[in-house]
Amino acid sequence: MLSRVADSLYWMSRYLERAEHTSRLLDVNLNLMLDEGPISAERRWLRVLQALGKPKDIGWAGDPYALTRTLTFETEHKASIVSCIISARENSRHVREQISTEQWHRLNSLYLQVTRPEMQSDRQAQALLAGTTQPSEFLQSVMEAVHQFQGVTDSTMNHGEGWQFIQVGRYIERAYATTLLLEAYHEDLWAHPEQIVEGNEYLEWMGLLRSATAFEAYCKVYTADLTPDRIFEFLLLNEAFPHSVRFSIDSLQCALEKIQGDGGRSRAETLRRLGGRLQASLGYSSVDEILNQDAVAYLKNIQAQCQEIHEVIYALYVDYAIQTALAG
Amino acid sequence: MHTAHSRQFENAVLKNYLLDHAYDEMFSGPGELHPHCEPLLEHFSSLPPDELQRRKHSADLSFLNQGITFTVYGRDEGTENIFPYDLIPRIITAAEWEKVERGLTQRITALNLFLKDIYNEGRILDDGIVPREVVYSCKHYRRQMAGLQVPRNVYIAICGTDLIRLENGEFVVLEDNLRVPSGVSYMLTNRRVMKRIFPQLFRSYNVRPIEQYTQLLLGTLRSLAPEGRPESNIVLLSPGVFNSAYFEHAYLARQMGIELVEGRDLVTHDNVVYMRTTNGLRRVDVIYRRVDDDFIDPMAFRGDSILGVAGLFNAYRAGNVTLANAFGTGVADDKALYAYVPEIIKYYLSEEPVLQNVETFLLTRPKERQYVLANLDKLVVKAVGESGGYGMLIGPQSTKAEQEEFALKIEADPRNYIAQPTISFSRAPCLIGDELEPRHVDLRPYVLYGDKVTIVPGGLTRVALKRGSLVVNSSQGGGSKDTWVLSQ
Repeated sequence: MLSRVADSLYWMSRYLERAEHTSRLLDVNLNLMLDEGPISAERRWLRVLQALGKPKDIGWAGDPYALTRTLTFETEHKASIVSCIISARENSRHVREQISTEQWHRLNSLYLQVTRPEMQSDRQAQALLAGTTQPSEFLQSVMEAVHQFQGVTDSTMNHGEGWQFIQVGRYIERAYATTLLLEAYHEDLWAHPEQIVEGNEYLEWMGLLRSATAFEAYCKVYTADLTPDRIFEFLLLNEAFPHSVRFSIDSLQCALEKIQGDGGRSRAETLRRLGGRLQASLGYSSVDEILNQDAVAYLKNIQAQCQEIHEVIYALYVDYAIQTALAG
Repeated sequence: MHTAHSRQFENAVLKNYLLDHAYDEMFSGPGELHPHCEPLLEHFSSLPPDELQRRKHSADLSFLNQGITFTVYGRDEGTENIFPYDLIPRIITAAEWEKVERGLTQRITALNLFLKDIYNEGRILDDGIVPREVVYSCKHYRRQMAGLQVPRNVYIAICGTDLIRLENGEFVVLEDNLRVPSGVSYMLTNRRVMKRIFPQLFRSYNVRPIEQYTQLLLGTLRSLAPEGRPESNIVLLSPGVFNSAYFEHAYLARQMGIELVEGRDLVTHDNVVYMRTTNGLRRVDVIYRRVDDDFIDPMAFRGDSILGVAGLFNAYRAGNVTLANAFGTGVADDKALYAYVPEIIKYYLSEEPVLQNVETFLLTRPKERQYVLANLDKLVVKAVGESGGYGMLIGPQSTKAEQEEFALKIEADPRNYIAQPTISFSRAPCLIGDELEPRHVDLRPYVLYGDKVTIVPGGLTRVALKRGSLVVNSSQGGGSKDTWVLSQ
C-alpha cells in the first residue's frame, strides 16, 4: 500500500473518532448543565476543554452555548466538529479509490450535511447562540453518522492493510481521548475513591461514563452503584469494553501486528516493543496500585507512549528515508 | 403516420422545440421523427412532468452524494460542482456508428505512424507533406523524444476525439485530444444512472454496452509494459485532489484495481521508478499518466513543477518504465497540424479519410489570414495550444472589441491561431425545466490502442446547455448526456 494512502486513512479515521468524541462530550455536558450540579458552570466547561486537550485559542467566556457553537461549527478552529469532519472527508477524498463507494457515500453525505449552506441548519446555529433549544439533534446526528461509517467500513472494505490503518487511527485517538477525559475529571472526583455517590454528584459520574458511552456497559458489570475506583478501573482497564484504554491499546496492537505481517517483524522491532510494553502495562496493572500512586502521572505516561507509537509508525511506514529503503 | 408525428410534435413537452438549419438528432423535419427516436419520445411524453423532475432530482442527488464532481478553476480554489447532466439519451444507429468506428481507427493508426516518423526518420517532412516549421513550432513538440523507441511503437494509447455533425448529419472531426483526454468517467457514470432511472426504456432499445471500458483500458496499458516484466505494476499518475478531473482519476484507478499515485509517491533510482509503500519501495512498470508533459519531470521539463517525478524521463528513455500516452503526442493534436491530418492519413495508409475535417484556415498563410481578418465576425478563432474552450473567439457571438483584440493577437503571432467557419453543429433534445428544447451537442468517443485498436460504442455526448451556445466544455457551462449506440 502507498505510504500516502496509509497516512490519509489513518488521519481520516482519527478525525472521525475525534468528531464523534467531541460531539458526545458536548451533548452530555449540555444535558447535565440543565440540572443544578455540585460544580460551577465555569468549572464544568473548563473541564470539557481540558478533556479535549485544551484546543488552541478557545477559552471559557461565560456562555456555554457560545462555547458549544465554537466547538461545533467554527471552521477557523481545527478542533471544532465541523472542522474534523471536513478534514476526515478531505483525507478520504485523497484516497477515494481505496475506500469503498459505500464508505465514501456515508462520509460525503455527512460532510454535505454539515457544510452545505442550503443544508446547514442556520436555525440550529442560532438556537445554540440564543440558548433556546438543545443542539443535541445536531450532535446526535454526527455521532450516528460516524457509527454508521464504522459499520459500513467493517462490512464493505477489505480487512487488509488499509482497514488496519483505519483501526490504528481510531484506537490511538480513542486511547488518547479516554486518558484525557480521566485526567480532566481527576481533581473533581477522586476525593473519596471507594464511596458510593448520591444525588447531584451522581449525575456527574454518570456524565463521565456517558462521555465514553460507558454508562450502560458499566452497570452490567458493577450495577448502577457508582464508585470512582470502579469507574476508573472500567474506563482504564476493562478488557471487553470498546472505549476503555486497555481495549483500545489491545486493538491497536492487534492492528499493528497485522500490518507488520510475517515479513516486516524485524523491521518493525521498535514498534512491536513499544506497543507490547504499553499493552502489558495495562494488562497487568491493578486499579488500587494506580490510585495509590500518582494517577495523573500514570495517565500522562500513557499519552506520551501513544505519541511515541504514532511517531514510530510514521518513521516506519510513511516518512522513511529512501536510501534506507533501498538498502533494506 | 404523418399525423401521428405532428400530434406528438404538438405535445406539451415540445412546445418550445424550434428547429433551425442545424441537424436535429430527433427530428428529420417539422413533425417528422427519425424512426429510431419514436419509442424515446413516446416514453418521455407519457411521463407526467413531475415524474421527469423527480427522476432528474434523484439523478442529481446521486451524482452529488457519489462526489461525481469537477473543480472549476479561477474561482475559489477547490469549488466542487456536479457535472450537469441531461436525462434524454442521445441515440446513434448501428450504421452511423460503423462509419465513426472505421474512421477513428484509421485516424489513430495514421497519427501514431506520424508521431513515430517525425520523432525518427522524418520521411513525411522530407517529402514535404507536412512543413517542418509547422511541426517544430508546435508548443507540444518534444525534441527530447527524437530517436527514442517506444514500446510497440504506440505513442497514443488513449485518445478522445471530438466529433460534431454537420447540417447534413455527417460526422466530422473537430479536434483530436491526444495528450490526456478526460471525461470517460462521466460516460460510464451517466450510463449507470440512466440504467437505474429508465430501465424499461433502456431495455427496449438494444443498446451496446460500454461497461467493459476500464478492463479494456487495463489490457491496453498492460500490453505496453516493458519487456521482461510479466507481472507488471501499472499505476495511474494524477496531479492530485485539486485537479479538475480528480474524480475521474480515482474512479478509473478503482475500477481497474490499480494504484492512484501522485508525484510525491514516486521516486527514481538508477533509472528505475519506484513507489513508496508501507512495505518499502516497489517498482513501477507502466504509468497511465494524467499529468501534462510540462509537469511530469522537473528535471527534463518545467523546473517549477511540484506535480512531477524527478528523473522520470531518464527512466523512460532507458526503457524501464512505459508512459501512456508517450511524451510529445501533443504535437499531433496541435490545431494547426490538424489541418494536415487528411494528408497524413493518405500518406501513411494510402486511403481516403473516412471522417472529414472541418475546413480550417491557417493564419501563417497570408491569403488565408487576410480572409480571416476580414471575416472575424463569421468565423471561430482558436488558439492552437489551448483546450477546454479557453482562448477562443466565436465570431457571430462576439463584440466588436473582442474581434479587434483577436485581430491584434493574430497579427502579433499568426502561428498561434487557426480559424474555422462557425458551424452550427447538431442539436439534440434536452430537458430544460419541464419541456424539451434542442441544444447543440458534440461526441467524444474514447479510442484505445495497444495490441489493437478498441473503441467502446458511443462516448461522451457533451451538451451546450445555454440556449444558442456552441461551447460544450464543462468549464464553460456544458453538460453531458448518455450516448446509446444501437446494436442493429
